[in-house]
Amino acid sequence: MSAKEEILSRITSALRDAPTPEPVPREYRRTSDMPEAELIELLVDRIEDYKAHVDVVDSAQLAATIAERLKDATSFVVPHGINEDWLVEAAPANDARRRVDAPGAILSIPELDSTDAVLTSSAVSIAESGTIVLDGTPDQGRRAISLVPDHHVCVVPVSTIVRLLPEALPRMDITRPLTWISGPSATSDIELERVEGVHGPRQLDVIVVKGL
Amino acid sequence: MGMPSLPVFGDGNLHIDEPFPDAAHRELGNTQMRANLRHATHTIRDKRLKVVGELPDWEELRDAGAATKNHVMANLPALLEEFEKNFTARGGVIHWARDSHEANKIVAQLIKEQETDEVVKVKSMATQEIGLNEYLEEQGISALETDLAELIVQLGHDKPSHILVPAIHKNRTEVRDIFLAEMPNVDPNLTDEPRLLAMAAREHLRRKFLAAKVAISGANFALADSGTLAVVESEGNGRMCLTLPETLITVMGIEKLLPGKEDLEVFMQLLPRSSTGERMNPYTSLWTGVTEGDGPQNVHLVMLDNGRTAALADKYGRTALNCIRCSACMNVCPVYERTGGHAYGSTYPGPIGAILTPLLTGIKSEENSSLPYASSLCGACYDACPVKINIPEILVHLRGEDVDSKRGKKKLPTQMDLMMKGAGWAFSSGKNLALLEKGLPLGKLAAGRDKKIKRLPGIAAGWTQSRDIPAPPSQSFRDWWKKEHQSPAKTEQEK
Ligand code: SF4
Repeated sequence: MSAKEEILSRITSALRDAPTPEPVPREYRRTSDMPEAELIELLVDRIEDYKAHVDVVDSAQLAATIAERLKDATSFVVPHGINEDWLVEAAPANDARRRVDAPGAILSIPELDSTDAVLTSSAVSIAESGTIVLDGTPDQGRRAISLVPDHHVCVVPVSTIVRLLPEALPRMDITRPLTWISGPSATSDIELERVEGVHGPRQLDVIVVKGL
Repeated sequence: MGMPSLPVFGDGNLHIDEPFPDAAHRELGNTQMRANLRHATHTIRDKRLKVVGELPDWEELRDAGAATKNHVMANLPALLEEFEKNFTARGGVIHWARDSHEANKIVAQLIKEQETDEVVKVKSMATQEIGLNEYLEEQGISALETDLAELIVQLGHDKPSHILVPAIHKNRTEVRDIFLAEMPNVDPNLTDEPRLLAMAAREHLRRKFLAAKVAISGANFALADSGTLAVVESEGNGRMCLTLPETLITVMGIEKLLPGKEDLEVFMQLLPRSSTGERMNPYTSLWTGVTEGDGPQNVHLVMLDNGRTAALADKYGRTALNCIRCSACMNVCPVYERTGGHAYGSTYPGPIGAILTPLLTGIKSEENSSLPYASSLCGACYDACPVKINIPEILVHLRGEDVDSKRGKKKLPTQMDLMMKGAGWAFSSGKNLALLEKGLPLGKLAAGRDKKIKRLPGIAAGWTQSRDIPAPPSQSFRDWWKKEHQSPAKTEQEK
């Protein structure tokens, strides 16, 4: 018998009393109804609690805000699908500071390691837990680019914010490589006290954009 | 599939070397560790209560979590097949391992195929359970733990004492001393500020992450209907391991399955709040087989039994497999708080360890049969458990199994039998208990002047091995309650 056959046969044998559990009750909150202004306020409060910086801006101010957040970076990565309009103030197409990561023209790990920052968009955000989800679509890029540089600037369009996790999951394509981010990297391993900043980006700047 | 087979138990880092009472006795002498544990478990308790209290539907989430896991266990063969089909269709490779040795061999072989002798690891209970690091070392492969607490344990040549924070028994000064002694190129002026200690770990591991060819991980959840795996973490070491190397090998117990993505909405609310007391952990990574151009292109999963099917066969104990390893039960346990995790001698300490370890190895496994007694049955673990595992009930069930198995050997009723019988008699009716309590003032005589009883006779001696018990009050709690709660009118009448 193969290991698989043997394990499955052990399971079948273990279940010979044929347990029939009750159906799963889903009485917890699965939908909500929160006005946009409150949603934004909740998300901002939760993300700031994780010691990340948050700007809330209108779409017209986005390019300037991105430029401000990236002003100290000597170089930064953008995924190939990033909206060019977002970059007009920070670094137009020929600016030496910007490095584009694209399929077929990816940055090596040492190149990413020598890059100060990364700018990405995001797929969906959960206000109640202060969580931002990246799904690897072209304006977010492959996972390595938002991991290796030490400073992540992340754009959150207001239309992608929901209140509850159960409202967020239907918006995720679960087979894509997903990264859920709730604040900068942190550890509670020494005396269970939270310290921000370990292996992931130590600085997380979130820009919440109204009208987007 | 023919005849029902006998349960096949697990092995690995599950067998304790000495009975719990002896180990507990030794650990209780470590006052520094006890102070560290007290501080840490109390910090986390408060945090957990705060974030759990924020959710108006916490109990409904627990109900859904418990029912989902029961459903998974009842339908495990079909869900495993479904998961394998989907994971494989997306380019992942599945291996099955009956026990720890088989799992270790598979992993070592996969590493050797990549022609490397160093791998990075993200914290995983399953690989701890099977003793993977030790096995790889014998094979000339060094496995570098990258989780800060695991790193502290590894550098300190120590053993984990908690499933979430394996170095919980060390305080910041002890951690600094370990780093100074064991970390090459560490700043000799390193202080014990946690921030700086975390930075030292970052420096130490960064080159390793960026150069690693193979990573090893566990998994918190596996979604059957999509073939997706999930790792929940904080530091970003998990993301490093799951993203940068070309080869990723995950080792996961067969009980980690969930039917589908809508179940994550329950478990990803239950787990972070119960474990680190956060609304959400900093990072969760999900991957489904191989994604071209993003992350490891050589993706493997080892599905581990190692006694899980034996635990499943125990219809009163099987809910122990519902555990999502949040560690809430140990953080609230008065026994764990005093003895620490090492006393349990197994990968799984605390209340969950006291039931899971003997379920995986079998209660007849000599020393492990002492584990179900490592509890005062106070029930705090059950209240804290996000998937509502009734740990006290399973403890009592396993004590019964232990008594049965020992009686089988000795043919005579054991003291435990008699005690259990006595307890059964006492608790079966309020009258019997009241009668028994009449004997309480006698206990006063057994106690010395310091009002402490130093030695109890027979099997009960275990209780006084590591502690003096205060002499029983001359009045029982029930008597006291009766006196305190009489209605004034009645008191008048009695006068
Ligand atoms: S038994 Fe429950 S409380 Fe304990 S670790 Fe498992 S899930 Fe958490």
